[in-house]
Amino acid sequence: MSSHQNTEDQIHRSQKKDLYESPDYYLLDELLTEEHKLVRSTVREWVKKEVSPVIEDFAQRAEFPKHLLPGLAEIGAFGPTIPQEYGGAGLDYISYGIIMQEIERGDSGIRSTASVQGSLVMYPIFAFGSEEQKQKYLPKLATGEMMGCFGLTEPDFGSNPAGMVSNFKDAGDDVILNGAKMWISNSPFADIAVVWAKNEEGIVHGLIVERGMEGFSTPETHGKWSLRASATGELVFDNVKVPKANILPGVKGMKGPLSCLNQARYGIAWGALGAAMDCYDTALRYSKERVQFGRPIGGFQLQQKKLAEMITEITKGQLVVWRLGTLKNENRATPEQISMAKRNSVETALNIAREARQMLGGMGITGEFPIMRHMMNLESVVTYEGTHDVHLLITGMDVTGLNAFK
Amino acid sequence: MKVLVCISNVPDTTTKITFTNNNTQFNTAGVQFILNPYDEIALARAIELCEGGKGTVTVINVGEASTEPTIRKALAIGADDAVRINIAPSDSYTVASQIAEYAKDKGFDIILTGRESIDYNGAQVAAMVGELLNIPSVSIIKKLDFDGTTATLDREIEGGKEVISLPTPFIASCAEGVAEPKIPNMRGIMSARTKPLAVVEPVAATALTSISSFETPAPRSAVKMVSADEVAKLVDMLHTEARVI
Repeated sequence: MSSHQNTEDQIHRSQKKDLYESPDYYLLDELLTEEHKLVRSTVREWVKKEVSPVIEDFAQRAEFPKHLLPGLAEIGAFGPTIPQEYGGAGLDYISYGIIMQEIERGDSGIRSTASVQGSLVMYPIFAFGSEEQKQKYLPKLATGEMMGCFGLTEPDFGSNPAGMVSNFKDAGDDVILNGAKMWISNSPFADIAVVWAKNEEGIVHGLIVERGMEGFSTPETHGKWSLRASATGELVFDNVKVPKANILPGVKGMKGPLSCLNQARYGIAWGALGAAMDCYDTALRYSKERVQFGRPIGGFQLQQKKLAEMITEITKGQLVVWRLGTLKNENRATPEQISMAKRNSVETALNIAREARQMLGGMGITGEFPIMRHMMNLESVVTYEGTHDVHLLITGMDVTGLNAFK
Repeated sequence: MKVLVCISNVPDTTTKITFTNNNTQFNTAGVQFILNPYDEIALARAIELCEGGKGTVTVINVGEASTEPTIRKALAIGADDAVRINIAPSDSYTVASQIAEYAKDKGFDIILTGRESIDYNGAQVAAMVGELLNIPSVSIIKKLDFDGTTATLDREIEGGKEVISLPTPFIASCAEGVAEPKIPNMRGIMSARTKPLAVVEPVAATALTSISSFETPAPRSAVKMVSADEVAKLVDMLHTEARVI
């Protein structure tokens, strides 16, 4: 099992108070239940207490704050929509979105860890796993006692995952797995990996690979300028013997990994708006305090234009994800609708981060404020789980009926 | 063991305070309400004491229906059930008399409150409830241990610490140190949905005080800058104007 503790001398807490308040220009809170609001205040309180004081320092040092994992599990950020009998909370999808939004408001890297654990590891085991697999893994994944990662992307197959070369061959009670996966969040410390690979007929299956299996290694990816407070790595399989009992029996083909990505992209659609709202909130507060030419810069037209456009885009994004959540609760949200929301939220967030950074002038490039960290994080978010361009083509294909991918 | 925790619904600490009705009423428009932070400490300790089937925690709030989100939060944090006395909490005596009336025949072993509510900061309810129920009341405790029959309470006193030991039933008001407030979790929020919240109609009680008017503090005066090479002037200003040295 993973060791989830940083020693106290590795944790430097900032004394700066996190004053974040979320904007609600169209009174969308009225569309939420009391429970949704309690979910939000709970996660926000946790983020203000545990994430905000330490995240900048961990990001600067490019280190994952692994001491946060027990807390993330304790509040219920791992697999909140999974039924209680398997260790989840059985929450609806609006709640799930709110959790992701509040965590990403703190940092996209921490949200990524929660997304991977819930949507890409617990979800496939819950949706496609055998009863034994569910009993064995889900409760421990929910408590964070066991951490997971998800292996789909390969060095030569990113936007075209169906071309993957990772494969497994029959060997009696086991299969022999070979191949490599890249850009895998959580891989350096994960206890298990849900890996997608082809069988001898070329059909994609999901396998649960456990740390310690011979021939399985997880080298860390260093030198990132984005998601610096998140651990990213590779998964390397060199003739790994995986018991057949670890193959997910409930799905075959690309439907398996793609349905996981749907869950995660839905969370990102909410999450990225969290980063956007943090940048807006920071810039708005700064514009009222920073005085130039004898008055607060918020009084100047060019700064107001930036703020007005930010709140307009945030409000539109909030409406999109709320509606998407209600559709998802009714099991009516299509993958194409989720693509649109993911793409829109991340673009909104990146634009707002860049504008907000300018409003803060030189201060905007320092770690005194969260904006530059959000902006750099979002460069990953706009790329992973379907790039900005790929999601555009998914919408294009959906409205025209014509495939522009090949 | 049965523990009762009295909780207040108070404005968030960052609220901008304004008044209406000729400065006789707090203006609640647009105000975010929270569970009183000191009550969160009392609630956290009550839950710790009852963990592992050692007892049950009931929370009680004197307030109108608008306080129910705060009560649900207390249930999400881990209280077993809740009671709301359906009356606006007009003063400390109104609140204390309603709590005492409810608690008098329920057999609570320990009753806890926060040291004060952060809105009116009266710090009177615990002592009043103790008096009305004729049980010991201990104010502003920093520590609470209970071995099943005897409770040990620490209080800070001038220049030292007072350690009180007493049998149940008793009431105590809790300050920092008694416990770390608990953040609810998702499972707690889901289970709070189905935990019992009884609404009890109030008994007749007359408020003993009324508010004539509120005033906000005078705005802070401007900052005076003293140049770094004028230390003597700074000392003089601190002495004669600010009168802090």
